Amino acid sequence: MTALAHDRETLLAQGAPALLRQMIRVRRFEEKCVELYSATKIRGFLHLCIGEEAVAVGVISSLGPGDAVVSTYREHGHALARGVPMNAVMAEMFGKATGCSRGRGGSMHLFDADLRFYGGNAIVGGGMPPSVGMALADRMNDRDDVTACIFGEGAMAEGEFHESANLAALWHLPVLFVCENNRYAMGTALAREHAETDLTVRAASYGMVAWAVDGMDVLAVREAAERAIALVRGGGGPCFLELRTYRFRAHSMYDPDRYRDKAEIERWRQSDPIPRLTGELLAQGVVSDDEVATWEGEIAQEIEAAIASAEAAPLEPVSDLTRFVTSERQTP
Amino acid sequence: MTPARAPSAPRREAAPAPETAVTTYREALREAHREALQRDPRVFLMGEDVGRYGGSFAVSLGLVEEFGEERIRDTPLSESAFTGAGIGAAIRGMRPIVEIMTVNFSLLALDQILNNAATLLHMSGGQLAVPLVIRMTTGGGRQLAAQHSHSLEGWYAHIPGLRVLAPATLEDARGMLWPALQDPDPVLIFEHGSLYGLKGSLPDPLPEVDIATAAVRRPGSDVTLVAYGGGLGKTLEAAELLAADGIEAEVIDLRVLRPLDDATLLGSLARTHRAVVVDEAWRSGSLAGEISARLAEKGFWDLDAPVERVCGAEVPLPYAAHLEQAALPQPETIAAAARRAVRGDGTGEDQGDGSGDG
Repeated sequence: MTALAHDRETLLAQGAPALLRQMIRVRRFEEKCVELYSATKIRGFLHLCIGEEAVAVGVISSLGPGDAVVSTYREHGHALARGVPMNAVMAEMFGKATGCSRGRGGSMHLFDADLRFYGGNAIVGGGMPPSVGMALADRMNDRDDVTACIFGEGAMAEGEFHESANLAALWHLPVLFVCENNRYAMGTALAREHAETDLTVRAASYGMVAWAVDGMDVLAVREAAERAIALVRGGGGPCFLELRTYRFRAHSMYDPDRYRDKAEIERWRQSDPIPRLTGELLAQGVVSDDEVATWEGEIAQEIEAAIASAEAAPLEPVSDLTRFVTSERQTP
Repeated sequence: MTPARAPSAPRREAAPAPETAVTTYREALREAHREALQRDPRVFLMGEDVGRYGGSFAVSLGLVEEFGEERIRDTPLSESAFTGAGIGAAIRGMRPIVEIMTVNFSLLALDQILNNAATLLHMSGGQLAVPLVIRMTTGGGRQLAAQHSHSLEGWYAHIPGLRVLAPATLEDARGMLWPALQDPDPVLIFEHGSLYGLKGSLPDPLPEVDIATAAVRRPGSDVTLVAYGGGLGKTLEAAELLAADGIEAEVIDLRVLRPLDDATLLGSLARTHRAVVVDEAWRSGSLAGEISARLAEKGFWDLDAPVERVCGAEVPLPYAAHLEQAALPQPETIAAAARRAVRGDGTGEDQGDGSGDG
């Protein structure tokens, strides 16, 4: 087994508070997004990851600055965890010029090329082939960067998953396939969409190392992600992580959530990753109530500042409507 | 050293290096790849059977032996994955050439081409350029029936963010790839399947080739015939038929299907006042329709007759040779349309394609 920078014990003592703070930050941000949506400040589709924060935070905190993240339309948490400034994410949702995609993407299409955050793919499975290509370019240039390709379990019914998994494994490419399994492809439950519900079996059939982890436990996610990334970076070819999680809210703001049992949602709320880790850290004396309260205050301030900044930001001029359809300069 | 005194000089003078070399469209494409692979280490080719097999149309024959399996990369039958991989590699600094066997197969990669390659730059607010070249075969006439023969390049020409090329000559087959690789955005190159064996000569030195303009392939004063790709040869033949009747046709080779070079088209129309658009694709919703509309919108006062279109019949292309040929534009049907335009004796022939609504 590859030596890890962090096992659970060291994580608890060292990295866990930062992970907890980041999860709270993502949660509070999205809770505010719901209000802003109701207030019609944010429009279009809005897909929340409330309940799934341990995946975003645990995986992305394990990546290095040169690594890439290719994500889905449920990516606010991924973007924030990657370090895309909250102001830029909020402004994007407001459709403003200061948004991270200059108001052309919205909630589903957050991008930050400098952070190698390739956002924001709203075609299920659509980010997988480009992930393979980025990893191919890295391998052809002897770079040891890893491309983390994040998708939901629904994407595993798409041909693009199977084509991409096969290609990445065939060519031994440094791709970390991250399956954020929240058990529902929109409204269709796992067992109603997959003949084989053990997703790791299917990934492993392509000849890659694959395992499943409790996606409601950020420390477990972090530990697994570090292990997987070390394997991939070390030249072991692609790796597949299934992170078993749950979204507490509906698929999007349009979804009346008719397909789930309220009791099921309640049951999963019992393993909410935030109170779970908070309780553990408080019990161990790693953080105090005061510290958590301080974070909450800081985060609330950060969110308010992001909203104020987005409100005040200019719109892109309509005269720029067709900008960025083609490049304005040669690509070096 | 004075060349005349060099030992080999007299022989060279006796048999000077030819200014032209006989080649084929296929070989011209291959030379273009070889040049690109030599000039830029970021360039690589990937697709189905491009390596050991030598390319399904033998364009890349011999390249894997010369450049190795890393740069001439055989892929599984996964159009979406390898096209999308080209997109990712391009974003990450490479200059991939993706070969798709036929345009019909490219539909399996349409998600990647439309939703990623053509879209990422805009959707990311200008952050993600995709300098990718995708080549594919198009067109009918080879009895390959309805899943290998269609002309769907017009669909791609519909999409903002793509540049769409249709080399119809040896010079363009040889010369378009390099400028396409210099383009910061995705470029699609459509090679008509009937052209690979086209023989001819290339000038030496090779001329600069642009990927922005249409070309006048035959000057004429009486009618403008607009064609591209596999339709160009038939249209030039039609022009000869017309010349025998005393009608001088000007033949425009579109070369670039997106963005269209309106200036060349309208310039020709201003000289001839009549136009026929030749397009092997189905007429309804076609590129020929787009060109006709532009001629009408911007050249209305230059027109002395309705714009004529000669398109593929609206059927999935059949296998039997006589049926397939009947479905495709032919020199005779092109010439007939030109005569109608010139003599002003009709408002277009009913193509019986069921596309009109009365």
